[in-house]
Amino acid sequence: MCDVSTPPPALLLVQGDEEFLAGRAINQAVESARAAAPDADVREYEAGSLAAGEVAEMLSPSLFGGRRVLVLRAGQDARKDLVTALLAYAKNPDPDVLLIVGHAGGAKGKAFADGLKSAGATVVPAMKLKGHRDRVAFVRDEFRRAGGRGDEAAAEALLAAVGNDLRELSAACSQLIADTDGTITAATVSRYYRGRAEVSGFTVADAAMVGDVPGALEALRWALHVGVDPVPIADALADGVRTVARVASAGRGSAYQLASTLGMPAWKIERAQRQARGWQADGLVDAMQAAAECNAAVKGGSDDRGYALERAVTAVAAARRSGGAR
Amino acid sequence: MSVFADLVGQDEAVETLQTSAAAAARIIAGDSANSGAMTHAWIFTGPPGSGRSVAARAFAAALQCATGTGCGHCHGCHTTLTGTHADVRLVVPEGLSIGVGEMRALVLRAGSAPSGGRWQIVIIEDADRLTEAAGNALLKAVEEPPPRTVFLLCTPSTHPDDISVTIRSRCRVVPLRQPAADAVATVLVRRDGVAPDVAAWAAAAAQGHVGRAKRLATDAQARARREAVLAVPRRLTGVGAAFDAASAFIEAAEAEAADANTESDATERADLERALGAGGTGRGAAGAIRGAAGQLKDLERRQKSRATRAQRDALDRALVDLAGFYRDVLTKGVGAPVAPVHNDVLPMAEAAAQKWTPEATLRRLEAVLACRTAIDANVKPRIAVEAMMLTLWRG
Repeated sequence: MCDVSTPPPALLLVQGDEEFLAGRAINQAVESARAAAPDADVREYEAGSLAAGEVAEMLSPSLFGGRRVLVLRAGQDARKDLVTALLAYAKNPDPDVLLIVGHAGGAKGKAFADGLKSAGATVVPAMKLKGHRDRVAFVRDEFRRAGGRGDEAAAEALLAAVGNDLRELSAACSQLIADTDGTITAATVSRYYRGRAEVSGFTVADAAMVGDVPGALEALRWALHVGVDPVPIADALADGVRTVARVASAGRGSAYQLASTLGMPAWKIERAQRQARGWQADGLVDAMQAAAECNAAVKGGSDDRGYALERAVTAVAAARRSGGAR
Repeated sequence: MSVFADLVGQDEAVETLQTSAAAAARIIAGDSANSGAMTHAWIFTGPPGSGRSVAARAFAAALQCATGTGCGHCHGCHTTLTGTHADVRLVVPEGLSIGVGEMRALVLRAGSAPSGGRWQIVIIEDADRLTEAAGNALLKAVEEPPPRTVFLLCTPSTHPDDISVTIRSRCRVVPLRQPAADAVATVLVRRDGVAPDVAAWAAAAAQGHVGRAKRLATDAQARARREAVLAVPRRLTGVGAAFDAASAFIEAAEAEAADANTESDATERADLERALGAGGTGRGAAGAIRGAAGQLKDLERRQKSRATRAQRDALDRALVDLAGFYRDVLTKGVGAPVAPVHNDVLPMAEAAAQKWTPEATLRRLEAVLACRTAIDANVKPRIAVEAMMLTLWRG
């Protein structure tokens, strides 16, 4: 990212489809340019609706001098003549002008982005965060950015409580730092945030399959509370029992070997192998029956679908403990 | 040959229908003496395959018959049985239910006078698939029928789950029973020219379902599917095997449903597209097909409903076969002197009867029946079948 102390580059390419990160990178660059020259002239355009002639006027030397900042959003939508004009300018940039281009990073308008890169533009990546680890790292970064510190457990707790939206996560991070002494732990997060934002049927099923009744019931209540439909929860429960039963009966072996015979991804098999400890065949039969009954109950067989799910969750966990009723 | 000849083993019902057809003929002739034998609304009930729709069609033919007896030769009988009579309207639901829109249109048509001068007849096969709203629309017509309109409904039973009490109370019920295996075998030999020993085996295996007996006797694929189903109990050696068997079971049903529908789906779509102007050239041709997306989507929806039903029907047939096997085991186990359903796998049933207690067999039988109920209640077929297979394995 752009630091205030270093002189701002003449060309900045913010590449990525995560709107929040891209917006922040652009704002930061503009801020630092303003800090360097308070009377800087900042103009923003949507690349799709900008003609080549207008940009030529913006980029040509001014009579009065002074620093200028040109922000071009949605650079992938730029028309051909605009791209030509900008790339021609990029080869020989004006040191008084800061040109910031936002680009979604996809295949659309790729030539423009590549042209800017080869012209020596500073690239700021702003791709969407894919995995859970990326999000944890993002949250810890946010703590640091806001002038505090937070461990991994705190980041996990915040992710569970707030959800995956980066805007909300960032706001939550700065709020937490502002409210506390700057050291964030899981306990701090749980003092300010209660509840869970992202909980699916699989969360419920995973907890039920390892016999964690309180955890499963809690996840179930949250899932129903945040509006997850009971039917996918019931399906996830049946899927959990099925996966464990099939993996357990396939015997020992590496997850990668079993993946092709069982037709499941290896990570799912590994998880099921962990969950399969403590299960017996009879218990699996009972659990599958509970799951099937629950499936009928949530599809109109029962008056209270939440209760049907709770019963199924406890029945699955009980089947694991007892190893079968008979 | 009389139109009632294909109604196997239902002597009492045939007698009632013949008396009514004669009374109906007298009404048309203008003689209202003893016209109470004829009525405007009928319900044919009986187990699947007992010939509910055959009875309804035969009765319709008898009503349209020029002689009033259902001779089977005259123009009225012939056109009714082939489904081309102008005054006989047949509702055969292909999807999961009969909607209110369809029923309203039908009731409107049913109100018109018969063009042939005899009776305006509406036959609703699978009236148990009427939605509540559709049932109410029909009820209005059944309550105040035009003088020459006759409604013939077919349902498995008169239980309120199948047909609403308000409709049932305005209809005369003709109960059909499960035809005896030898009656079914006789009709297979006489009508379809099946060899007597094959006919006897198929009639027993089909458990009184005439159509299924014919299918088993004449279709090699149906026989192969039945054999695959009957091999299931032997394959259940553990939890993993139960899940594999469930997968195979579901996939077989899906394949059977796809076989039945894929071709007709494509033809229907092509026909509709052509009717809406697809593939045309010249001015306006592109515009015509642009507005047709809604109708194509509608067709897809109907086809999907039909596919779901075909899949469920296929599963149900397989489950009935499976239930027949466990019934055989149970009857062998308790030494009941009744004829077995699946003669060809009798040794397996006897071996199983030695191994399992009657209680365990009964639990297995109940699991199969519970699976049928569950699928009917819209449980995901895979989940219902898996739960069943696990119980079948454990007992």
